[in-house]
Amino acid sequence: MKFKSRLLGDDEVRRALTRIAHEVVEKNKGTEGLCFVGIHTRGISLAKRLVDLVEKFEGKQAPMGILDITLYRDDLSEIGLQPRVRETRIPFDLNGKAVVLVDDVLYTGRTARAALDALIDLGRPSRIYLAVLVDRGHRELPIRADFVGKNLPTSKSEVVKVKTLEDDGEDAVELWELEGA
Amino acid sequence: MSQSAVPSFPRHLLDFSDWNRGQVESILETAQMMQEVLARPVKKVPALTGFTVATVFFEPSTRTRLSFELAARRMSADVLSFATATSSTTKGETYRDTLRTLEQMGIDAYVIRVDAAGVCHQAYGWLHKPVINAGDGWRAHPTQALLDAFTLRERLGSLEGKKIAIVGDILHSRVARSNAELLTMLGAQVVACGPATLLPGSLPGATLTTSLKEALLEADAVMALRLQKERMDKGLLPSLPEYIAAYQITQERLAWARPLAPLLHPGPMNRDVELEGTLADSPQSLVERQVANGQAIRMAVLYHLLVGKRS
Repeated sequence: MKFKSRLLGDDEVRRALTRIAHEVVEKNKGTEGLCFVGIHTRGISLAKRLVDLVEKFEGKQAPMGILDITLYRDDLSEIGLQPRVRETRIPFDLNGKAVVLVDDVLYTGRTARAALDALIDLGRPSRIYLAVLVDRGHRELPIRADFVGKNLPTSKSEVVKVKTLEDDGEDAVELWELEGA
Repeated sequence: MSQSAVPSFPRHLLDFSDWNRGQVESILETAQMMQEVLARPVKKVPALTGFTVATVFFEPSTRTRLSFELAARRMSADVLSFATATSSTTKGETYRDTLRTLEQMGIDAYVIRVDAAGVCHQAYGWLHKPVINAGDGWRAHPTQALLDAFTLRERLGSLEGKKIAIVGDILHSRVARSNAELLTMLGAQVVACGPATLLPGSLPGATLTTSLKEALLEADAVMALRLQKERMDKGLLPSLPEYIAAYQITQERLAWARPLAPLLHPGPMNRDVELEGTLADSPQSLVERQVANGQAIRMAVLYHLLVGKRS
């Protein structure tokens, strides 16, 4: 992969998350029943940030869980693909909650589809929202995000890389080009 | 979707000779994740939707077969259950013909239990699909060893340098053979103990002894094996009371091991033979935990042998 450009820096990521946190609270009319579920790997770090921001603004800490969607992927019978199964931990009752699913990039929509199935197997939330830092288009399923940090038009030969302080040592969104594409 | 690939795996689980430590560790790690699925109100994930797993048991077994079938169903695979009480005289062609018949039914993986060692290895040549050995003769029972290793790690953490004593009929035990192979791969020191008539000439990876005290002394964990009463008919055991006197794991003898050393038994148990009285129900006993973990291990094995490998 070849590096093309830096789309967002740490200030822009911070502002985008701050805005999402405000929008979530506004849409949910407060923090009542609100909880966050981060999708591996970067979605978890972003969900933690949103929990902290909501707590800063509203004075109340929303419960948070982590979700691995591997066992719900629709491509597990494809040859040569064997993703690692990672931890799912939802340490609270999902029933009746307003869940904000958090992921770094919304692309084909397949991860979000798998995450919805996984979540519904774990309980019956009253409402599920989807929050992403970047929506890069190219949906293959009828899925949309409720909260978007930044809409970035991309081509399919490009890769959008979200970096977080927790996982990569810095907050950034970068555009890369697939080699030989 | 974000990728986090695991090392590639052998297509079969016959014993551990084709497996390396990294691959085994991945299975144990995946099994840990499967525990979470088993703790849910809805214990089912769609990972193996569209796959058909056949359990082919030429030798009677209840818990291993049920454990595999439940594991497959929890992963949304379809299960074909084939059990037969073939006599040991109808080997060779019969096994092959039976398996080739099943092959015509579109099976994606075979779980095979058989009284003759090596049939699972042959099956691999006949079937061109993943084969999981659920016990072949005295030779190997790899998923039992995996669940034992998993259960031990839950209690002991890393097995590196840990002394594990295996006590009983080592000679006729596929559980002992697979455990010696696997536990030593994970860094443990395995000591196998039993009467001289029930010890093999050698057990790769393990030290052999006829002294129970030597085996249990400072052991980090103790595993008792099922004593098959038919062994006595062959003159390998003088009498049951004599075995009990020298080799039964009692509260008193367990004190030779490290404090609170966990106690395992692959089942089915002969109460008051391998283990004294209520020892199997004591807090040190992990017997029930082993059964519970068996399902998670088998889900992990099915995941790694089937996903990404459909041909």
